[in-house]
Amino acid sequence: MSLMSLTAVELGKKIQAKEVTAVEAAREAFLQIERMDSKLHCMITVDKEGALERAEKVQEGIEKGFFKGPLAGVPIVLKDNLCTKGMQTTCASKILYHFKPTYTAEAVKNLEQAGAVILGKANMDEFAMGSTTETSFFGVTKNPWNLEHVPGGSSGGSCAAVAAEECSYALGSDTGGSIRQPSAYCGVTGIKPTYGTVSRYGLIAYASSLDQIGPVAKDVGDCAAVLEAIASYDPKDSTSVKRKDYDFTTALVEDVKGLRIGIPRDYFGVGLDAEVRESILQAAKVLEGQGAVLEEFDLSLVEYAIPAYYIIASAEASSNLARFDGVKYGYRTKEYEGLHQMYKKSRSEGFGAEVKRRIMLGSFVLSSGYYDAYYLKALKTKALIKQAFDRAFERYDVILAPVAPTTAPKLKESLCDPIQMYLSDIYTIAANLAGLPGISLPCGIDSKGLPIGMQLLGDCFQEKKLIRAAYTFERTRTYERCKALKGVL
Amino acid sequence: MSRQYETVIGLEVHVELATKTKIFCACSTEFGGAPNTHTCPVCTGMPGALPVLNRQVVEYAIAVGLATNCTINQCCKFDRKNYFYPDNPQNYQISQLYEPICRDGYVEIDTPSGTKKIGIHEIHMEEDAGKLMHDEWEDCSLVDFNRSGVPLIEIVSEPDMRDAKEVIAYLDKLRLIIQYLGASDCKLQEGSMRADVNLSVRETGSTRLGTRTEMKNLNSFKAITRAIEGERERQIELLEMGKAVVQETRRWDDNKESSYAMRSKEDAQDYRYFPEPDLVPVWISDEWLAQIRARQPELRTQKLIRYKKEFDIPDYDAQIITSAKKMADLFEATTAICKKPKKVSNWLMVETMRLMKEHEMEAEELTFSPKHLAELIELTDKGAINSSVAKEVFEKIFLEDIDPLQYVEEHGLKTVHDESVLRTVVEKVIEENPQSVADYRGGKEKAMGFLVGQTMKAMKGKANPAAVNQMLRELLMVGI
Repeated sequence: MSLMSLTAVELGKKIQAKEVTAVEAAREAFLQIERMDSKLHCMITVDKEGALERAEKVQEGIEKGFFKGPLAGVPIVLKDNLCTKGMQTTCASKILYHFKPTYTAEAVKNLEQAGAVILGKANMDEFAMGSTTETSFFGVTKNPWNLEHVPGGSSGGSCAAVAAEECSYALGSDTGGSIRQPSAYCGVTGIKPTYGTVSRYGLIAYASSLDQIGPVAKDVGDCAAVLEAIASYDPKDSTSVKRKDYDFTTALVEDVKGLRIGIPRDYFGVGLDAEVRESILQAAKVLEGQGAVLEEFDLSLVEYAIPAYYIIASAEASSNLARFDGVKYGYRTKEYEGLHQMYKKSRSEGFGAEVKRRIMLGSFVLSSGYYDAYYLKALKTKALIKQAFDRAFERYDVILAPVAPTTAPKLKESLCDPIQMYLSDIYTIAANLAGLPGISLPCGIDSKGLPIGMQLLGDCFQEKKLIRAAYTFERTRTYERCKALKGVL
Repeated sequence: MSRQYETVIGLEVHVELATKTKIFCACSTEFGGAPNTHTCPVCTGMPGALPVLNRQVVEYAIAVGLATNCTINQCCKFDRKNYFYPDNPQNYQISQLYEPICRDGYVEIDTPSGTKKIGIHEIHMEEDAGKLMHDEWEDCSLVDFNRSGVPLIEIVSEPDMRDAKEVIAYLDKLRLIIQYLGASDCKLQEGSMRADVNLSVRETGSTRLGTRTEMKNLNSFKAITRAIEGERERQIELLEMGKAVVQETRRWDDNKESSYAMRSKEDAQDYRYFPEPDLVPVWISDEWLAQIRARQPELRTQKLIRYKKEFDIPDYDAQIITSAKKMADLFEATTAICKKPKKVSNWLMVETMRLMKEHEMEAEELTFSPKHLAELIELTDKGAINSSVAKEVFEKIFLEDIDPLQYVEEHGLKTVHDESVLRTVVEKVIEENPQSVADYRGGKEKAMGFLVGQTMKAMKGKANPAAVNQMLRELLMVGI
């Protein structure tokens, strides 16, 4: 069995036990990338030389007893919106083509301190705007389960790379479901932590008030270990929260007895694919069988989440992306007369259609005369949605829901109807608006052979409840993880 | 008969705060570094970088707010002001629109018709931009981000001023308050204090505001005065011709003594302000506020009253000494040592001011130590040196902060009190100047001055002029 079939923690243990070296692990990962990536295109940047050099150093560190954790020497990929000093970081955009950051993102630094070996940077929707990884300037990523389908997005490259075993785990970012939805489409596990848990310093912002970095991995145990490594209080991020509990792996307990699980009726209505619905309700039954207490309830306000999200996210994005102007770094148009034309041409040529759409949308909702009607109203809606969740969490420990209305759609299906694409975010975006943690994990396979994901949402700072519930469910799962690869080979 | 017009003026004053580091990162605010050496990912707008608020900026803003009788907004927030310009690395400025830190204050100014309150609408915190430089050789523009992120407060007044004198009085008042707080050096010429003038005119008696213009690029009190007078005339001329004033931003050209329109309201930018999502609201607890309040230094108005009472110096002296914080500090420190307030005040008002003018210095640039001035005063009072020697020594103190005791000793400047020495010299002067002696004796008092001068010269200045005078009169009387 390939080293890449192991979970990150399994591989890490073998490395600690000197059964394999970090260099051997990295070499196997590159072998797998060479085998798979021409078909899947999970990666934007592959840094073989750098990674092997780093693996040697980490191995030395392990031998000297400097790296003792379960992630030391384990090969990973990063979503390409995480800054890596000296390594091209593009956000899958032409406007950042060849851009090399001068510093490394805090979450990545934390991983480096745990001995991670970074293989390269994963494909994504341009500036994390999209749900399919088709808006990337560098081309689409394909779903390892079926090459005719999308991997989801925006962290599609990260999730597909994990599913295709090109790396042991990956980092993604989640602004409206960008970790959870592609995790579901690719049959892997991903966590969107509570807002403020992982430092955003060095994450190239899409929507600052919603963005959160999180792990994508083969299972719940890996996710907990990675979250434990990347989460930290960071004085460089004013929205970072000083938490008491960073020991997420202690929640890897097979026990949901008495755990109160709320099932929001509003998430199981019209628009939800019957097979997905069936699979998730089945998963709920499984948890009930383990001792959890299920109850249906009405969350309310669900239909307002999408408009509120697209107003807030686009507004912030229109400002966050203003810095990409051709002046300081990144792409600048070749021929121009004067400053204004340089701005206009650089940005028109540098950004893709979806990004431009959201910049225009965001600029519009912030313009004088519209601010109150759109942006302010969206902020109020956001507050009401948070209140609705607060009420729910008075009664439930976790909320169980679908991740997406369907399994992975076919390539090109989504982009021709952006509104439809926006609507498919319905089950994931409320967690971002309310700042809640969520976990997405596989719970079945549909008749097309594509994975179905289920989502558990928790109250702020209740990741451990999610991890416990997800871990307990995962232990009941019987299908093989490596099934994904059949679609490619 | 021609109509009478009233000018209505409001000010937007930007003040650069005297923090060591920038408002949202740890970079130095020091002037004069090589381009882009005081920069980091935050103040150069690198992707992924995030701002963290400098606590000192908040404290300075609160201090200024308290000193100008503002209400402190105990939950203030930052907003983004979006506009594209290359000196602005993020293409948005972090500022405060919706919840500024201070509101509804005032300062009092003195006018010919008595004290007048000038309202302060708000004070908000924001970041400065970088600096663009045009390279003529390469024909390209370069950006220096050293100033990017330097903290500013903007003090927005109510439209309460009616002429240039009131504007200058208001600015002077603000400048002194802020200097006393140590929140900024407030130098107009160097740009650490900048004022934009909003001005409109209306017929006297009218209560409706006229259309206003905003004047930028005013780098001195003189320029502000000239710009206000020029703009008032321009607007009245328009109205007299039956034309309307256009709401616009104008730029003052002090060399040409005229202004030109930069942009009108129509092409005014929509800044698309919205709450800065990378920063959390600033909660100013009662406790924090009380701490800052307790630390507030004595301001000028309070000092004026105390000086007159405690040191019994004339109002005129107190006014001049407190016109710069540095001067007041020197006064208090020196007085504390020598306990002679009036003498200290005289040295500061006369010789210090004269030398400052001669060397084109600001009070803030004074470097001499109170101890040396106090010693000089002691030397003079004891009669150890005469006043002209004292002036000479003071110039040395002013420029090089020398130790006066040592200096006087080393240069042999001590007044000679040995009467026999003086007598010998005076006798010699009388002998060598028979004409002057005759003139004096003939009733020409003026001749005495000449003889004293000749004696002082012969004594190399080391005599007490009064003693010389007395000795001369004595010897001329007896007639040698």
